[in-house]
Amino acid sequence: MDQLLQILSGNARLEAKKIAVMTGETEEAVAARIAQYEREGVIRGYKPLIDYNKVPDAELVEALIEVKVSPKRNYGFEEIAHTIADYDEVLSVYLMSGGYDLLLRVEGKSFKDIALFVCQRLSVLEGVLSTATHFLLSRYKESGVMMGELGIDERRNVSF
Amino acid sequence: MGIEKLIAKRTAELKPSGIRRFFDIANEMEGVVSLGVGEPDFKTPYAIRRAAIDNLQRGNTRYTANSGLIELRRSIARYMENRFNLSYHPEDEVFVTVGGSEGIDLCVRAFIEPGDEVLIPEPSYVAYAPIVQLTMGVPVPIALKEEDSFRLTPEELEEAITPRTKLLVLPFPNNPTGSIMRREHLEAIAQVLRRHPDIVILSDEIYAELTYNGRHVSIAEIDGMKDRTVVVGGFSKAFSMTGWRLGFLCGPAPAIKQMLKIHQYALMCSPTTSQWAGVEAMDHCLDTVESMREEYNLRRRFIVDAFNNMGLHTFEPEGAFYVFPCIKSTGLTSEEFCERLLYEKKIAVVPGDAFGDSGEGYIRVSYCYSVNHLTQAAKGIAEFLQDLKAGKREG
Repeated sequence: MDQLLQILSGNARLEAKKIAVMTGETEEAVAARIAQYEREGVIRGYKPLIDYNKVPDAELVEALIEVKVSPKRNYGFEEIAHTIADYDEVLSVYLMSGGYDLLLRVEGKSFKDIALFVCQRLSVLEGVLSTATHFLLSRYKESGVMMGELGIDERRNVSF
Repeated sequence: MGIEKLIAKRTAELKPSGIRRFFDIANEMEGVVSLGVGEPDFKTPYAIRRAAIDNLQRGNTRYTANSGLIELRRSIARYMENRFNLSYHPEDEVFVTVGGSEGIDLCVRAFIEPGDEVLIPEPSYVAYAPIVQLTMGVPVPIALKEEDSFRLTPEELEEAITPRTKLLVLPFPNNPTGSIMRREHLEAIAQVLRRHPDIVILSDEIYAELTYNGRHVSIAEIDGMKDRTVVVGGFSKAFSMTGWRLGFLCGPAPAIKQMLKIHQYALMCSPTTSQWAGVEAMDHCLDTVESMREEYNLRRRFIVDAFNNMGLHTFEPEGAFYVFPCIKSTGLTSEEFCERLLYEKKIAVVPGDAFGDSGEGYIRVSYCYSVNHLTQAAKGIAEFLQDLKAGKREG
């Protein structure tokens, strides 16, 4: 994989100039490749990683929902997956191997929001056979980053 | 009773490390942004920690053989073979030490008699000379120059050799300069040494895995050198295992046998839990070393560029995790520069002269920090330089 993508995956806010220095390329070359990735849809966006525990007024409930569906002839899972993905409250949709077919990450302001989404929107869809909803209770690590207390540098000034 | 006057003269006369004094000031201050630490910021890879926990749980907590677990010695021998084409016999040419530092100590103690001269290229790690002094040997510094990329040249070596020369320390990749010796440079050193068959080489290769732009070459790989070289290696820097205190020595069996004797009386064996962790590290974690090296390499380019951009000429290091910017243009001594930077901007770097007189005019900056941290610190140093310039104009 292009090292540029790895670097951006670690910190998407690094400017092309800095990255260029780090990889030994020219700034123009890095900027052009980022632009190309964006154009081609390889890079789909840049978002902050927020620790919502530290946002006092964050009214946010998240759930993972396992969904069993019956695939459609000729369309497989594509059609139902896209239908579900169209809902705004759905953050992610994955096709899974194993005991169920689709895994959704769903976000709402309250437990009730999510309950309503499952009852009124998801389970009534044609092709949805069953659902199992798991509410997220605490987030310890997100996309490779530890949440909660900020780590402190425990290294002592002892080494030579 | 004045216990102080009973301390052995050669101990009392040892100079405390220049870094120590400086760190003491920094440690007293609040909110210091440090670029001083010579220790990886990565945690020890989890697989290694797990291996240690498993062994603790199984109760593998007794002494090991003095020379270390045979499993670990085999792993080390395999590693030396795969990585450097160096064959050492795990039974009598390898042993496990308490960090690389013990290896240095043992090698000096095993070879040096009172009055023997030890050649120490400087700037370099601060422990060589004191250890030599404790054995009543004579440290002979060789001042390395930036125009030679801080490498030891054959001319410098030849000039420093006398009939009393017993040991040559080869501290590459180098702390604090980040310089390395490539094969051709080692060949040139070997040329000189071939004319002086009674000089032993202490090759401190603790930073071997942190070599950029190609792999590290050991002097022991050069024709005829293996039989007179003691290689000091360790886990601290490569595997981020500083606190485990685990290192190793590789060398000719007769030398190993003598060093092992000292090790056995002084320390019995290296910590058992660390040794089991070391087996896991050597056998399964070289991929992690690779990815840490890549990360250091990105930071290295970044920090060299940052210093050059702020007008401090910075030699491009190819090893370890330090840069060694030249601060002569500021008109300050290393110590003045570092103290003022600490008091005025709360940024801690280490004065170059702590690593030998030839380090005067330089500062050591560690890049064992995240890019964000480095960016913040670089900004502060750039401001400091601006302030200096403005101050000069006013003054």
